[in-house]
Amino acid sequence: MLDGMSSPAVSLTGVSVAYDGRPALTGVDLQVGTGEVVAVLGANGSGKSTLVRSLLGLVPRTSGAVELFGTPLARFRSWERVGYVPQRVTAASGVPATVREVVASGRLARQRRLRPASAADRRAVDAALATVGLAERSRDSVGTLSGGQQQRVLIARALASEPELLVLDEPTSGVDADNQQALATALAELVARSVTVLLVAHELGPVAPLLRRAVVMAHGRVLHDGPPPDADHLHLHDPDHAHPVHQVEARAAWGLS
Amino acid sequence: MGAVVVDLLDYDFMRRALLAALLVGLAAPAVGVFLVQKRMALMGDGIGHVALTGVALGFLLGTAPVLTAVVVAALGAVAIELVRERGRTSGDVALALLFYGGIAGGVLLIGLSPGGSNANLLSYLFGSLTSVSSGDVVVISVLSGGLLLTLLAVGREMFAVCHDEEHARVSGLPVRTLNLLLAVLAAVTVTVAMRVVGLLLVSALMVVPVAAAQQLVRGFRATVLLALAVGVGSAVTGVAGSYYADTAPGALIVLVALGAFAVAALVASLLRRRRPARDLEPV
Repeated sequence: MLDGMSSPAVSLTGVSVAYDGRPALTGVDLQVGTGEVVAVLGANGSGKSTLVRSLLGLVPRTSGAVELFGTPLARFRSWERVGYVPQRVTAASGVPATVREVVASGRLARQRRLRPASAADRRAVDAALATVGLAERSRDSVGTLSGGQQQRVLIARALASEPELLVLDEPTSGVDADNQQALATALAELVARSVTVLLVAHELGPVAPLLRRAVVMAHGRVLHDGPPPDADHLHLHDPDHAHPVHQVEARAAWGLS
Repeated sequence: MGAVVVDLLDYDFMRRALLAALLVGLAAPAVGVFLVQKRMALMGDGIGHVALTGVALGFLLGTAPVLTAVVVAALGAVAIELVRERGRTSGDVALALLFYGGIAGGVLLIGLSPGGSNANLLSYLFGSLTSVSSGDVVVISVLSGGLLLTLLAVGREMFAVCHDEEHARVSGLPVRTLNLLLAVLAAVTVTVAMRVVGLLLVSALMVVPVAAAQQLVRGFRATVLLALAVGVGSAVTGVAGSYYADTAPGALIVLVALGAFAVAALVASLLRRRRPARDLEPV
């Protein structure tokens, strides 16, 4: 475990991704140090989701290199160190599953094959459920939960393997204010435990105070990498603004030029 | 009831058919629950169509149709899985081509085989009590036993992959291997079940017990257990009933399973009406 100490949690060098020949990401460099909390912002189609999907190996790269905890992605096997919250409308599938069953599936990265769940596994699942505030719903069917609660189920699933790096793809989109607050509370607890967080977001909302750094994407490139844009410019006081990210983009572009 | 069962068990062919029904009733929903979870409930249907070509190939080559069916069905299932994996584009059309090819190939090959007629295919399409030989029972026992043990061993991982494939990949699970394994298990199920339920109705035994079970329970494990009970119940009842009614067992098995679904749906809606507060709990 020598590498984990000195290497950044995430390192992308010149990463490009194309869908059917159309570039979605062009020459992206990004380093995220351990313990950092970074937001990836941008409009729809800016490449922010592709960025995190490529660093997890979910979309093939056309060029560039990705390392997780200092290990090239192709050789990376310590997936229990990574928690992933994919962008989903629902945590349910074609067959009912309880909240606990879904969250427990996140523990598999740390579990031995062909062995029953240990006491430590069950404790980790309990702790993940408690972190997102859903312990009392653990026996309910996920399909009966609200959209925001289902997002929290997905976050608990990512936490069940006790990851050092948590990657969240738009966990706040379409989530009501109460659930956004619950999410921010859970994230604050993780940040206090110095978990590295990479958060893709359309708007920041209650998580904004946790951030020291934001990466703004546009047209598949990194437009801005530095302190997060002011909350004032993120339309928090102006709910009529439907597309706040354009403002962020404009500001960031202006800052660079 | 006891006397009736004893009466049925007096016949060798009925003993074989009932044992086969028991095994098929366990195996089909055990695999089917993962197909339903993955929202690929019709995959069993597709494999059944492809397996028909395998059965006909067996007649043509003079080998045991069960063997050629399991090979062709497994190849077809793997092809379906690969199409799905690639398939951002028109995956369902590609699947449709495979299904029709399977039926057409089966009917053509049976016509070409010496002494073959579509009458031979009929017992494979809808099942047949008297066609379950003691050799078949051995094959069915070994295959369904292996299948159930496999699912017992990798059930947790299979649940994770069928629930959310991308998350499973980021958990480091062998997603592709598990997907192909499920495809092959589905093919094995189809072949195991075809003597009892028939190729055209085998998919029903994979899907309907699961659909019935999920009306009544909240969890995955509970769904599996209840689906197995419904599967065994309808397979055994259907086979026993078809002896008295003198019909193809497949039809009766599926109708019993559908009856179980109707009852489960009715009970579920009555329960919901009695305790609406739970489901309508606010955000």
